Amino acid sequence: MNRYLLPLALFAVLVLFLAIGLGIDPKRVPSPLIDKPLPAFNLPKLKTPDYNIKSTDFYGEVVLLNVWASWCVSCRAEHPLFVELAKSNNGPSIYGINYKDKRTDAIEWLKYFGNPYQASAFDQHGLTGIDLGVYGVPETYIIDRSGIIRYKHIGPVTQDALNKKIMPLIKKLKASNI
Amino acid sequence: MIPELGQFALILALCMAIILAVFPIVGAARNNSYWMSLALPVARTQFLCLVIAFAALVYAFITNDFSVTYVANNSNTLLPVQYRISAVWGAHEGSLLLWALILGIWMFAVTLFSRGLPEEFVARVLGVMGLISIGFLLFLLLTSNPFERILMAPQEGADLNPLLQDPGLIVHPPMLYFGYVGFSVAFSFAIAAMLGGQTDTSWARWARPWTIISWVFLTLGIALGSWWAYYELGWGGWWFWDPVENASFMPWLAGTALIHSLAATEKRDIFKNWTILLAICAFSLSLLGTFLVRSGVLTSVHAFASDPTRGIFILIFLGVVVGGSLLLYAMRAPAMASIGKFSLISRDTFLLINSVLLVVVMLTILLGTLYPLIIEAMGLGKLSVGAPYFNAVFIPLMIPVTIALGFGMFTRWRKDQWSRIWAKTRTAAIASIVIGGLLTFMLVDSAILKTVAGLSIALWILITSIVSLTTRRKSLTFGFCGMSSAHIGLAITIIGITISSNHSQEVHKRMGPGDRVDVAGHTFELVKISELPGPNYQATEATINVYRNDEMITSLRSQKRNYFARGGMPMTEAGIDPGLTRDIYVSLGEPLGEGDWSLRFYYKPFIRWIWLGALFMALGGILAAMDKRFRLKKTKKSAIILDKDTVLSTT
Repeated sequence: MNRYLLPLALFAVLVLFLAIGLGIDPKRVPSPLIDKPLPAFNLPKLKTPDYNIKSTDFYGEVVLLNVWASWCVSCRAEHPLFVELAKSNNGPSIYGINYKDKRTDAIEWLKYFGNPYQASAFDQHGLTGIDLGVYGVPETYIIDRSGIIRYKHIGPVTQDALNKKIMPLIKKLKASNI
Repeated sequence: MIPELGQFALILALCMAIILAVFPIVGAARNNSYWMSLALPVARTQFLCLVIAFAALVYAFITNDFSVTYVANNSNTLLPVQYRISAVWGAHEGSLLLWALILGIWMFAVTLFSRGLPEEFVARVLGVMGLISIGFLLFLLLTSNPFERILMAPQEGADLNPLLQDPGLIVHPPMLYFGYVGFSVAFSFAIAAMLGGQTDTSWARWARPWTIISWVFLTLGIALGSWWAYYELGWGGWWFWDPVENASFMPWLAGTALIHSLAATEKRDIFKNWTILLAICAFSLSLLGTFLVRSGVLTSVHAFASDPTRGIFILIFLGVVVGGSLLLYAMRAPAMASIGKFSLISRDTFLLINSVLLVVVMLTILLGTLYPLIIEAMGLGKLSVGAPYFNAVFIPLMIPVTIALGFGMFTRWRKDQWSRIWAKTRTAAIASIVIGGLLTFMLVDSAILKTVAGLSIALWILITSIVSLTTRRKSLTFGFCGMSSAHIGLAITIIGITISSNHSQEVHKRMGPGDRVDVAGHTFELVKISELPGPNYQATEATINVYRNDEMITSLRSQKRNYFARGGMPMTEAGIDPGLTRDIYVSLGEPLGEGDWSLRFYYKPFIRWIWLGALFMALGGILAAMDKRFRLKKTKKSAIILDKDTVLSTT
């Protein structure tokens, strides 16, 4: 009977892999930038184009860097979470990168939906986006005090992701000395 | 009210399926003919319930009932009515309902066309199909209810995915599903044979026409999908080895192997267990395909809806159905030893080679499709397996299949001499290589080894098929004609693939109105770019005149459409001048500023033969299914046929 059991055994192995596969998010692409320094950039600020914002400006702060655009519909879904987070006392410093947008549209959008960002960099042609490996808006990065990217979230941040992943990480980074 | 009626009908169908899965099977085991007699009426009632449920959803789409979530997510008042109907199966919930309906249709067909079969056998077949039906109906009702309402009905729906707004896509999914689900009939026949401990091969004869017809649907479905990808995706490609394409191709390969193996089992009482395994395999791969598409474990252009809870459900269902049937196989197969004996040189051997190789091909595709998943599941990172792998393994494995095919048709069952076969085939072998080489020089400008090899193989199949047809012209059966037509179809497809993939030409160019470009002896002139309104989209249309030897032969229009809903998702409509020996294909790319656009021009020789071959294969299947040996008579007892007159008939 053994050889007749072979198909069943093969199938069992297949099911095992499929079961493991179900637990994996296929959209998750590991970013090569995790645990690497934030790529250097120097971009004009969104509201005050005469002033620039540089990647080195973040040193010493735990930063949540959110790539957003006024044309991005799913940004609207996550935006209230950031507005709320900006009001809290133990949150990170929130910065934005306004990605491939029109300046006037972006400013209007922030007026309408609220502005949680200490500042937004204006990445009109998406060149900084390329350095960061952005392949869809929104994306969110957590950067530690020494300017190392610790986490990358692709797609809109959900309450769940914020509670379970992002906030615990920020707490840990704030508590550590680095 | 109507959607609730549909919901109710669906629940009723589930009840019928449960009755069907219990009483007839238990009745057959206990020889209770009253319980067995429930099978036919219950199966028909279930079919009626499914028709009502499906009609209710169609009605909701036609009347733009956006209070139904599924309709709101997949339709729009601006959507033309034919697409509102095809939108019914445009996304997850509806396509599952279509699955369930088609299973119902197949069950209904079984109740109609199996009057001559033993009562307990039909009861078991319908019972097994009822079990499958339970799984799908539970899946529908528990995780993917198409009739779910939204409290605040939106004024306007989100529209159907623009990729699916195409005539080809109206028929592609139903065709494919008819094929997929049709393999459940062969599967149920095999399970019923094992449950009944049937040691003879009559079940194989009964299963053959069902398997062939399912295979016809699957062949047409795959061909339609490929044709659609060709004219709609705008890249001139016709097969991408996408996980979902593979999901439909694997059951096709297993089904092809099954058709051949069933023939051998029926006529010669050989490969019995192998045939049963193939029947389980073909349907399991259909279920696996559904799992891959619906669970989102693999990323693909086709993965519309992905939801892990649904994935878990299908995986459990897959485990129960396939695991259960393989367990039954392990228990019953040892008792079902094959009686027939054959020597090494025999048609039996060629059929075995054929089906084993087809299964090997299927397994390599399965491996390639699941490899990224396996690697990631073992924590070894993320990778993707693409066309280079599949082409590298598929083509070398198919070459022996095609060579064996030609010899197989001239070989006798049971025992033959190599010298006799070679005497009959050597002319064909030499002719195919010589003509293949000559044609390569005549038809295409640059001769390469791949083209010579591909054409020679195609000619080998073509010549052997035609010769065997003419030598048998006095005693031609439908079965034999069908086989020949399907094999000729394969040859035609091989010609199409060989020439179009080795000798296509393409040019990508930035152009403004008035610019010209030369591709493969044709001159293309971009005449103008204009804006055109569509019912639910805005189109930009390029008009391109095509000249050959300074004479205008056609004017092509290629569109880029922005659909209003779904955030202006852009779609291309390629401009194609089709022809038997070549297609001219233009697709409009991106605007590059200053009135310039990027355009892609393709010259694709013989590409249409790929789908033409599929038509021949499908025709062959239809002919073979009409063979009179499959007509059931009440008294007919199966017999192992060994006599010389029929040995050369259908395979």
